Amino acid sequence: MSGNIAVKMSGIVKKFPGVVANDGVEFEAKVGEVHALLGENGAGKSTLSNVLTGLYRPDEGSIELHGEHVTFSSPRDALNAGIGMVHQHFRLVPSFTVAENIVLGEDDGGVFLNTADVVARVEELSLRYGLAVDPRARVWQLSVGEQQRVEILKVLYRGAKVLILDEPTAVLTPQEADVLFTTLRAMVAEGRTIIFISHKLDEVMAVSDRVTVLRGGKTVGTIDTAGSSTRELARLMVGRDVVFDRVQRKNPAKPEQHVLVTVGLCANDDRDNKALNDVSLSVGAGEIVGVAGVSGNGQRELAEVLGGMRATSAGSFHVGGVEVTAGRVRRSIAAGIAHVPEDRLHTGLAASHSVEDNLVLKSYRNNPISIRSILNRKAIRSNAETMVQRYDVKTPDTETPVRLLSGGNVQKVLLAREFSAGPKVLVAASPTRGLDVGAIETVRERLVAAADDGVGILLISEDLEELMSLSDRILVMYEGRIVGNLSTQEATRESLGLLMGGATVGGHTA
Amino acid sequence: MKSPLRLERRLTQPRALGWQVPLVSIGGALLLGAVVLLLTGKNPIDVYWRIIQSGFASKTALRGTLVAATPLAFTGMCAAATFRIGIINIGGEGQFFVGAIGAAFVGIAMDGAPTSVILLSMILMGALMGSAYAALVGVLKAKFNTNEIITSLMLNYIAGILLDYLIFGSKSYLRDPRSMGFPTGKPLPKGSWWPTYNIGSAVIPFGFLLAIVIGASILFMYKRTRFGFEASVIADSPAAARYSGMRTRAKIISVMAISGALAGIGGATDVGNFRHVMDAKGLQLAGYGYTGIVVAALARFNPFSAVFVAIIIGGLTNAGYALQGPDFQSGLVGTLQGLILFTAVAGEVLMRYRIRVRNNEKNVAVAS
Repeated sequence: MSGNIAVKMSGIVKKFPGVVANDGVEFEAKVGEVHALLGENGAGKSTLSNVLTGLYRPDEGSIELHGEHVTFSSPRDALNAGIGMVHQHFRLVPSFTVAENIVLGEDDGGVFLNTADVVARVEELSLRYGLAVDPRARVWQLSVGEQQRVEILKVLYRGAKVLILDEPTAVLTPQEADVLFTTLRAMVAEGRTIIFISHKLDEVMAVSDRVTVLRGGKTVGTIDTAGSSTRELARLMVGRDVVFDRVQRKNPAKPEQHVLVTVGLCANDDRDNKALNDVSLSVGAGEIVGVAGVSGNGQRELAEVLGGMRATSAGSFHVGGVEVTAGRVRRSIAAGIAHVPEDRLHTGLAASHSVEDNLVLKSYRNNPISIRSILNRKAIRSNAETMVQRYDVKTPDTETPVRLLSGGNVQKVLLAREFSAGPKVLVAASPTRGLDVGAIETVRERLVAAADDGVGILLISEDLEELMSLSDRILVMYEGRIVGNLSTQEATRESLGLLMGGATVGGHTA
Repeated sequence: MKSPLRLERRLTQPRALGWQVPLVSIGGALLLGAVVLLLTGKNPIDVYWRIIQSGFASKTALRGTLVAATPLAFTGMCAAATFRIGIINIGGEGQFFVGAIGAAFVGIAMDGAPTSVILLSMILMGALMGSAYAALVGVLKAKFNTNEIITSLMLNYIAGILLDYLIFGSKSYLRDPRSMGFPTGKPLPKGSWWPTYNIGSAVIPFGFLLAIVIGASILFMYKRTRFGFEASVIADSPAAARYSGMRTRAKIISVMAISGALAGIGGATDVGNFRHVMDAKGLQLAGYGYTGIVVAALARFNPFSAVFVAIIIGGLTNAGYALQGPDFQSGLVGTLQGLILFTAVAGEVLMRYRIRVRNNEKNVAVAS
């Protein structure tokens, strides 16, 4: 029986200052299976994979590879033993070719690269697993999906038998994800083992044979995917029942009563390339308008323009019928636009500042938070105490730096501040990304409650489930343009996915 | 081989470390200094005792110490001020020089006016010159994102050359026409001299009192005003500052200007309170600007504490002058100051990290 066990990790304990990231984790993956590692943020998935790939040494516990005890003191050791990791954030050199990236770091003793040889082997591998990519292309020319294939080819090239993929679909369209899943099946069919790290339940159900669920640094259990359901997985992951159905709204949206209108917005990104191209949209009172799209298609710039952080090159935007001066944060704030940025800890908040300071980050100029340019510490404190209570922020006290809070509580601080200003419009960029299931629920409830109160919400997200369960209407962005405007009823994963990939769907483009 | 010790990041910084670490830093510096002294064949206890004697233990010693401490208090505040917004101003030296130039000019030109008017004008002129000179660095930083460490350092040399030019290289207004052999600055008329006060047995120069008042105001500004709040958010995260509508570029320039003004006032005190002349060589030899960085680091970039740290460092400098001789090389005091900076920076690491003894490897699985 132990002959078909590829990896066995027993009693893995790994402590960090103040946290036990892995607390006696048991994990076992068979040869020829896709084994999902599921858990909320902070459940210990990344730590476990870092232990397996030799980046961390466990404080306790042992690792067996094909029945033999092993210890790794570096990722190179692990790779030599046949364990390769495909990171969520690619580690590629953009100006090098695919083939050069693949052999980078390979130590074959020679001085010169035998490129022809490498190219031939890479071509052979990509053919075998359906990882279509030109070995001679330079990495910067490749799409995100292709870059991921290069990462996979890199570990295959080194002969990895066990591949760990860390949230591989985070950057992919649904169609690209399907292609990836086919590749994974082809690899396990050849007797390789895939360890698939994710917190997306549908994916885990779709691709894996077995699932190991981690919670709070411990193994909750390992189950066969075939006999399970997303609901059961969610319960194992969170420890209680979670409902992620289409939300019920108390007050219906009034899409005809526009609170936010943009007319032909154009803007450039940080490199001065055109990022927004003639974006016209409207958000009604109490309406949640979703914005779908693969990351990097102008969504971030759209949010920044509306928040006043980015100048426009053409077009205008209006709140409640009044034009807002572009490129001025204070004008956007005064107009009633609340902004939840993508990078909540370093843009939305000042991470080393206290909870109470962060709660007045936008209102510190106003009476009574400051009076004649002197800060009123008492008012700041009492504001914080009210907010912490109302938004149920878990923090030791209001003087704790926000960087010490958990992801969910960080987002609660941000939302508390943004909602407390009484906005007319809320622009939220990936407000639940990276949060655990419990926190996602809270954030979504807050958004829906705000919409019920009549706030118009522009919800930018890459999570299609989220968009479909929250939005009244979904816009799709592709290369800086709005290429789709679908009611939630007519939107499907497939139709959205096609639009996100740049295809046009007859009759749907607005 | 891995070291058995490792650094662990502290999640929070206990308040008490704020004074423990500087004390440990100075203690560490004295220990390291003792090694140096032993190597040069001296008795460290004897040397330290003499430093205390001639730096702090008598009326004249204290007076000399305050004379040395006053400019350092200002240059220390200057270095501390920009640190609060996450910028490093190495240019205190040059800003000090131009402040001295401005104050000397005013002090000479206003001869005959009431002393209080002259005094105020000298302070303002010193502040103005220093802040304009530093704002140059701020504008370059804010508009073109040039490295402020390099530009502020370069401007120090330019200010030094300017000093030399005014006294040695030209027949400027500041040069004393009566000095024939070795050119010197024009002495300030008596009416432009800043007062000193006898409080109890101590002689306190006006400049030092000014440093205390300004230090407290700057600290208040950073701790309790909108301006200070904005500065600290910019230091923490420029993106968050922009996101919340703070004018980060303007703030960078203003903080540089304030920092420069502090050094500039320091230059004015040097001319008005102590030398009563623009001493081109003496100012450059003193190196107040650079020592100010040591002061600021030891004060943990708290502008008010910098005033008091300046007394310690000033006392050391003063003792160095008093003890200088065949058996006490002038380099020793510099060495000690260098060691103090070294340990202060090391102490900064202890504020943010703690030292742990590495776990035994016995718990880790062993290869078969």
